[in-house]
Amino acid sequence: MEVLEENISFQVDENGYYGQFGGAFVPEMLHPNVEELRTRYLDIMADPGFQAEFNGLLRHYVGRPTPLYLAKRLSEKFGTTIYLKREDLCHTGAHKVNNTIGQILLAQRLGKKRIVAETGAGQHGVATATVCALMGVECIVYMGELDIERQAPNVARMKMLGAEVRPATCGSKTLKDATNEAMRHWINNPADTHYIIGSVVGPHPYPDMVTRFQSVISAEMKTQLKEQTGNSNPDFVVACVGGGSNAAGAFYHYLDEPSVQLIAVEAAGQGVDSGHSAATTALGKPGVLHGSRTILMQTEDGQVVEPYSLSAGLDYPGIGPVHAHLFQTGRARFLSATDDEALKASFELARIEGIIPALETSHALAILDRIGAGKDDVVVAGYLYEVSLIGCQLSVIRFFNSLIQN
Amino acid sequence: MNRIEKLFASQPSGNLNVYFTAGFPGVGDTRRILSVLQESGADLVEIGMPYSDPVADGETIQLSNQQALENGMTVRLLLEQLEGMREDGITLPVLLMGYINPVIQFGIERFCEKCAEVGVDGLILPDMPMDVYLNEYKAIFEKYGLLNIFLVTPQTSEARIRQIDQVSSGFIYTVSSASVTGSQSGVSDNMEAYFERIDAMNLRNPRLIGFGIKDNVTFEKACRYAQGAIIGSAFIRVLQESQDLGTDIPDFIHSVKANNHAGIDV
Repeated sequence: MEVLEENISFQVDENGYYGQFGGAFVPEMLHPNVEELRTRYLDIMADPGFQAEFNGLLRHYVGRPTPLYLAKRLSEKFGTTIYLKREDLCHTGAHKVNNTIGQILLAQRLGKKRIVAETGAGQHGVATATVCALMGVECIVYMGELDIERQAPNVARMKMLGAEVRPATCGSKTLKDATNEAMRHWINNPADTHYIIGSVVGPHPYPDMVTRFQSVISAEMKTQLKEQTGNSNPDFVVACVGGGSNAAGAFYHYLDEPSVQLIAVEAAGQGVDSGHSAATTALGKPGVLHGSRTILMQTEDGQVVEPYSLSAGLDYPGIGPVHAHLFQTGRARFLSATDDEALKASFELARIEGIIPALETSHALAILDRIGAGKDDVVVAGYLYEVSLIGCQLSVIRFFNSLIQN
Repeated sequence: MNRIEKLFASQPSGNLNVYFTAGFPGVGDTRRILSVLQESGADLVEIGMPYSDPVADGETIQLSNQQALENGMTVRLLLEQLEGMREDGITLPVLLMGYINPVIQFGIERFCEKCAEVGVDGLILPDMPMDVYLNEYKAIFEKYGLLNIFLVTPQTSEARIRQIDQVSSGFIYTVSSASVTGSQSGVSDNMEAYFERIDAMNLRNPRLIGFGIKDNVTFEKACRYAQGAIIGSAFIRVLQESQDLGTDIPDFIHSVKANNHAGIDV
């Protein structure tokens, strides 16, 4: 890890940058929408009426605060103290709803009549369809044609919640193409539509806005750790990173606490050098993706490369600009876990804690023996998704079945 | 004086700018299409550098980008293909249009240097923010004599249009409607009110109207409110369906420019 320079800020600056990453690289057609958000999001979010409604919904609708669970047998196995932040116990089964609740309230205050969103595995699509149903707002979700096949249960849930699911049929027909289609929809409907991005990606102010909505995760961790250990700071915070919304939320209140080591875990797929991977910081270079300057997987010619991971929530070719900055400054350590390592970790947790983790979360669990945590250390692992809702790709189910049979 | 500026100085109306994707339909078609367009009466051309994720483009141009990439087109190859075009008699202004990431990966300064070497006159990089242009790239573009073209849309505020006019040269790309490229809406009354509003602003730069321009009727309408218009998706469809580029391109350009008053100040 590089030595930290003093006084590096990990907050977004007034121009929308984290160090050299971020900004708003959008065509003029999106400029007025993005500008409207930029000039208004902080005021809207700071408004006491907004805060009261947001916090009320998080408590009574989402079910927050989520437990911070001391995983005793997992701790024994790794010879350290491990807590799991149970975001899987949120309504809809993932942390994604923290952001969609915030953005739907913001969209209402901007006078928007319709919501558009992208989704990969379907988790963010479900969380968006949920809040649209709650507020009686029209909802359109773009999803790659391939993902629609792979994630049929989530497509059914979105439809049951009243959302229209539209296939992205161009390019690789996965998450990045769904994101392109959602952006095109917003270009075509600039006045009455708000685009709810699901991760800390996209043009400024999205990365900062989504991070702030997800920061409730680390705010609760601080209070809960204080109650349970007497110290609000752990030694390590570990979270998986696709675009990185859960990691951004789990890291947020620890960014300026240098004693807390931040560990981001990317999906190595079949191996970093296998040609089938989503380990963005290992394989990518700085460039522009989906409206921000960040690190992305690309060809020498600057064409975006389709990533691979068994987990549909982590196969995104970039990372949010805040994570690119945390990587470049060395504030966070970036590790990766392969499909097999993640699957193995998910079985371990299931057998010793009675908790079946999603494949995304399992990537964070898979590297616990590599971070150098000792017996006096406290580790918090972001536990993000409920397994039944994600990772339901046929290949995974086949893998599970073969393991169970053996 | 840059070729784009010369064109508008000598021919202030009825200019037809034609967009085509480099390396489409065949990887080696770029130069031939350019030559045939010049012979057919196009006034300037915009060559698209294909990109894997063209968010401002509709289906027609997306598919042409995808096809061109599958054909093996790259920024490097396009610049190689354009080498010698001026020596071979291409006199009309040539612009390169594309998303910024491939240009960043090629290297901004190296890209501009090569553009100047082969005789490119201007650049349209729709996802390059104005502040990044002004703070990081403007000096480099100017060093190599490249004009940077900005877009305005019906949603662009008057203050921002004035700002864009101040920092622009060549022309302003006036997007006709809130849409991605290839919308089928034609030119509506709403659009005409918007064109009139912009026309009445007396901007220092000429304007070309694009998006939704597809035939003689829409071209003529656009020319009433601006110094010309841009055709993209409709021309890509011609290329897609063409059995013989040598006759289909002139037929299309002549059909668009029929009754044209090029050169006459209307």
